[in-house]
Amino acid sequence: MAEAEESSGELETATPRPLFAGLSDISISQDIPIEGEITIPMQGRARELDRSTLNESVRHTIMRDLKAVGKKFMHVLYPRRSNVLLRDWDLWGPLILCVTLALMLQKGSVDGEKDGGPQFAEVFVIVWFGAVTITLNSKLLGGNISFFQSLCVLGYCILPLTVAMLICRLVLLAGQGPINFMIRLFVVVVMFIWSVVASTAFLADSHPPNRKALAVYPVFLFYFVISWMILTFTP
Amino acid sequence: MGHASLERKAVTPQRIMAAADVLAFHEFEEATTLLAETPDAATTSQRDALTSREHVAVAVGSGYGAPEVEDEGDKTALLQEEKPQPRFWTFDYYQSFFDVDTSQVLDRIKGSLLPHPGYNFVRHHLRNRPDLYGPFWICATLAFVLAVTGNLTLVLAQRRDSSIHYSPQFHKVTVAGITIYCYAWLVPLALWGFLRWRQGTREHMELYTFLETVCVYGYSLSVFVPTVILWLIPVEWLQWLFGALALALSAAGLVFTLWPVVREDTRLVAAALLSIVVLLHALLALGCKLYFFQPLPLEHVIPAPQATPLSPSILPPTSARSMTTL
Repeated sequence: MAEAEESSGELETATPRPLFAGLSDISISQDIPIEGEITIPMQGRARELDRSTLNESVRHTIMRDLKAVGKKFMHVLYPRRSNVLLRDWDLWGPLILCVTLALMLQKGSVDGEKDGGPQFAEVFVIVWFGAVTITLNSKLLGGNISFFQSLCVLGYCILPLTVAMLICRLVLLAGQGPINFMIRLFVVVVMFIWSVVASTAFLADSHPPNRKALAVYPVFLFYFVISWMILTFTP
Repeated sequence: MGHASLERKAVTPQRIMAAADVLAFHEFEEATTLLAETPDAATTSQRDALTSREHVAVAVGSGYGAPEVEDEGDKTALLQEEKPQPRFWTFDYYQSFFDVDTSQVLDRIKGSLLPHPGYNFVRHHLRNRPDLYGPFWICATLAFVLAVTGNLTLVLAQRRDSSIHYSPQFHKVTVAGITIYCYAWLVPLALWGFLRWRQGTREHMELYTFLETVCVYGYSLSVFVPTVILWLIPVEWLQWLFGALALALSAAGLVFTLWPVVREDTRLVAAALLSIVVLLHALLALGCKLYFFQPLPLEHVIPAPQATPLSPSILPPTSARSMTTL
């Protein structure tokens, strides 16, 4: 650029018509607006944050992640057709829910190795490998959802069942009996239906209509097994 | 063989179409003769200039002669261009085994529930497009249903007889899963290997691929799912009746599917193979019934003294009572 200016300056003194004088007549900027920022609109905010997350306090960082997780919990509890879970997926929520559920399914006393309820590792394996299997199944059937998005949705939709587990444990504090069992059964069934409906609301759009049932059935089986583990829990 | 005669005539559009028709008919003859020799090929016609009536799409019949009526799914698959086969380490290779619709899966399940002689599951329903969705998820469903209903049986038994010690018995899920999956995948492997070894010297057209064998076994287990749910009814003879019925349907489906393959072999080998297949199936059904649905198993009483040493006095009466009711 400097050379051109220099040469145009020299040529201006040498010849009446400078070499690059015609450039200003073209005036591209008036015809085609080429000004502006070259950024992707959605990540504009993240770019701004990237510069400052190193300097913020730890509390601020943790609260931001917790708020994101909480926002997704709200989206699961009131399932609408939104894609917040899909767009900003994270696996913190599923991890928190899975650990909570597995801890609550532990008995206080060891009743005998073979006859007990599910161990912590069994619950963990069922939840995570079940979610991975369903995701693989969904992708093999030709669904257009990414691996971690699907894991995120399936993990977050365990929230109603975790709430059911909490309610069951509280109800069981009042002693066992047929009325007790009916209350627990009702709560678990309602939360199971809520989980299936919530996850279907997020996952159903990613499949063509002639394969939707094939993709939804494993989700149904997955939440059914978890509901069964919750219902058969006896302290 | 199929060349149009090259004569010196004016090249008119009618002559070109006539020449194309002649070529088309010759190609059809060639295709039919080739098919008569190797019935397991499926032909496609890839010339875009011709109309659709000239696409030669003939499905394989197991020596039935006339081409079978196809559904839309097969037609679209045959009309596609020949793609290079994906390698087994790519994702697309496995995606080709999940290329089924809901209606196809339901149709295959219905086909395995109601077998009759001469009704070959592989030829009628699979039509050279085996899938892995059905076998995998039917096995998973069966494993979980077995564990859940076995547990429910124990709950209901405890209602009637409160001396039985109830526990969730979660380890049975693991046992059920491993048993069902090993049966549904290892037995077809052994069967396929054995059939290949027997047919190794003869060029036999009826041999099923490994996936088709897995499909046959997987879908044949689907009749056990409603049976296991019906085993909740605590009437003993009814449970045995349902079990026998399910076993008969399932084994019949397997035998009718395997019969066209083994009838070419010697009588002894054919009879031995079919009886081993039926026997393994019966063993599976019996094992499931006895392991998951024993109403009053003695093992529930025996570990109690080790786990709860605080109540040894109630033990002898409960064991005596459970033995009488068994």
